[in-house]
Amino acid sequence: MKGVLVVAEQLRGSVRDVTRELITAAAELGGPVTVAVLGADPAALRAGVDVAGVDEIVEVRTATAEFENDVYQRAVEALIAERDPAAVLLGFTVNGMGYGPAIAAKLGLGFASDVFGLAREGGDGDRIVCRRAMYGGKVHAEVELPAGRPALIMLRPTAWPAATGPGGAKVTQATVGEPGSSRARHREFAEAPASDIDITTAEFLLSIGRGVESKDDVPYFEALARKMSATLAGSRPLIDSGWLPSARQVGQSGKTVKPKVYLALGISGAVQHLAGMKSSDLIIAVNSDPEASIFGVAHYGAVADLFDVARELEKLF
Amino acid sequence: MKIVVCVKQVLALGDEVEFTDDGRDVDPDFLELSLNEWDAHATEEALRIRERSADGAGGEVVVVTVGDESAADVLRRCLAMGADRAIRVEAGPGALADPITVARALAEPVRAEQPDLVLTGVQSSDSVQAATGTALAELLGLPRVAVVTRIDHTDGEPTAVVHRELEGGLVDVTEVDVPALLTVQTGINEPRYANLRAIKQAREKELAVVRPSPAGQPACSVRRMYAPPRGEGARMLDGEPAEIAARIAEIVKERLS
Ligand SMILES: Cc1cc2nc3c(=O)[nH]c(=O)nc-3n(C[C@H](O)[C@H](O)[C@H](O)COP(=O)(O)OP(=O)(O)OC[C@H]3O[C@@H](n4cnc5c(N)ncnc54)[C@H](O)[C@@H]3O)c2cc1C
Ligand SMILES: Nc1ncnc2c1ncn2[C@@H]1O[C@H](COP(=O)(O)O)[C@@H](O)[C@H]1O
Repeated sequence: MKGVLVVAEQLRGSVRDVTRELITAAAELGGPVTVAVLGADPAALRAGVDVAGVDEIVEVRTATAEFENDVYQRAVEALIAERDPAAVLLGFTVNGMGYGPAIAAKLGLGFASDVFGLAREGGDGDRIVCRRAMYGGKVHAEVELPAGRPALIMLRPTAWPAATGPGGAKVTQATVGEPGSSRARHREFAEAPASDIDITTAEFLLSIGRGVESKDDVPYFEALARKMSATLAGSRPLIDSGWLPSARQVGQSGKTVKPKVYLALGISGAVQHLAGMKSSDLIIAVNSDPEASIFGVAHYGAVADLFDVARELEKLF
Repeated sequence: MKIVVCVKQVLALGDEVEFTDDGRDVDPDFLELSLNEWDAHATEEALRIRERSADGAGGEVVVVTVGDESAADVLRRCLAMGADRAIRVEAGPGALADPITVARALAEPVRAEQPDLVLTGVQSSDSVQAATGTALAELLGLPRVAVVTRIDHTDGEPTAVVHRELEGGLVDVTEVDVPALLTVQTGINEPRYANLRAIKQAREKELAVVRPSPAGQPACSVRRMYAPPRGEGARMLDGEPAEIAARIAEIVKERLS
């Protein structure tokens, strides 16, 4: 059986968690697992990827320390040409979004993104079937990738557990030809502004979403949160519109939270929101749409108007 | 300064779902149509870049969509916002499931415009591929940056400086050669509303319709759609709002005591 190539993701000198999730998925898919690690000093990242399930680590030295689209694209294309893997696994992350689809388009590969389930089918396991979501997570789809050419698959972060346990992979080095010029160059990182609110340490979060239709209603929920001894948080659209400060954003591009209680009012449960709160101890969701995806992760749910419920809650705290 | 914006008509599900007889898609009767949220932000950003560019009124914003006749609505919405021209690439149902195929359909008409910038949304809310823009950039031979929350570009300069928003809100300040393709993230701006007069005028504007060139092999195909398994699912609290609130209060207080 042909192998699986995993592309490690790293930021400022550490391997990101999603990499070890990709390794779990690769091992599950079967075939030898190779992990490509790119960086100015890839050997320094080795400990972060040398875990159970990895057969080989390919270290690719790059001129730049941080991620750049063109550099990753060139390296992964070279590895595909050299190794002809059955599948290449990337994270469905901001970095992955910058180069994965370009490789698939250029080389005519099978392609699927935001994938949370994988299987091999056919006599020799040559056909890969992916599971992904559509229509705001209200529908799932089985997507077949064509047999006979490699598939480039971008996996949803947190969909697989991270691989752990001692490794022992063979380590090789690869050079990927002349370092061509990179057309989109990393200059510097800009941190999110500091804030005195820390939603990650709160025990009880009252989190509001676009169901709160007007900016004028936000002070009401601030007061309700105070009354309930909760900390107010929110989904991205409220931060984008300037209704709440960015420190209060829950989700992939905001904060990851794990409070004792997460009470979500008028939040649909988009995958990027769920990524930031789905491991909360207890999730309660109120949404007027019985099909809302948030009910898929909630422990308790109510199909109701959030304002009606809020007005009743107010009396009980 | 010419900017092309790729916009998609997205489908949203209401409270109920039924599937087509072959089980490969949702029954269209259960879908509502709208302009993809991310593409409204991309269109707005293009209009702002045009408005502040040196040639101001001379600049041009062209919106392009791949879709059937109903997709003309999203083009008209963008025209009403202020876009100058609109192109629809004819595509039957089913052609939109694969982002690589969509990118191939976009490549010809976008290339023909010889734009200085191409903007797409980060993702479409119905298919969530976050792939069409980056695939299109490759087919056009353009540098690209995905998930952009700020664009600084002066007309005529060989580069632009953009903010690429990473997980956790960390920003990667990136310098990109232009012409370039950028995939635009929400939060970059507040899309304008079109006034009634502009909406009326947009209705009268001509839309160019082109046929896509042969698409080549698809990168994937949907073989089945289904309602997600609910697993254990949430325990549903029924009753009047007062009863629901009482149960929530009880559960919360017990957990936090
Ligand atoms: C790269 C990337 C990163 C992202 N990062 C994040 C992130 O960190 N955090 C995040 O939240 N999102 C993030 N998003 C955006 C995400 O995709 C969704 O757009 C967003 O989470 C939707 O927020 P929402 O649920 O509040 O709004 P919507 O999806 O619009 O949902 C509103 C909900 O409110 C319900 N509702 C409406 N009125 C009422 C009422 N009166 N009573 C009860 N319910 C009502 C509706 O049924 C609906 O379910 C990101 C997207 C991308 C592409
Ligand atoms: N059918 C389409 N027509 C025009 N642009 C599209 C189409 N599908 C996707 N796009 C563009 O690609 C972006 C990302 O969509 P997706 O890759 O489907 O998540 C969208 O925000 C649009 O800008």
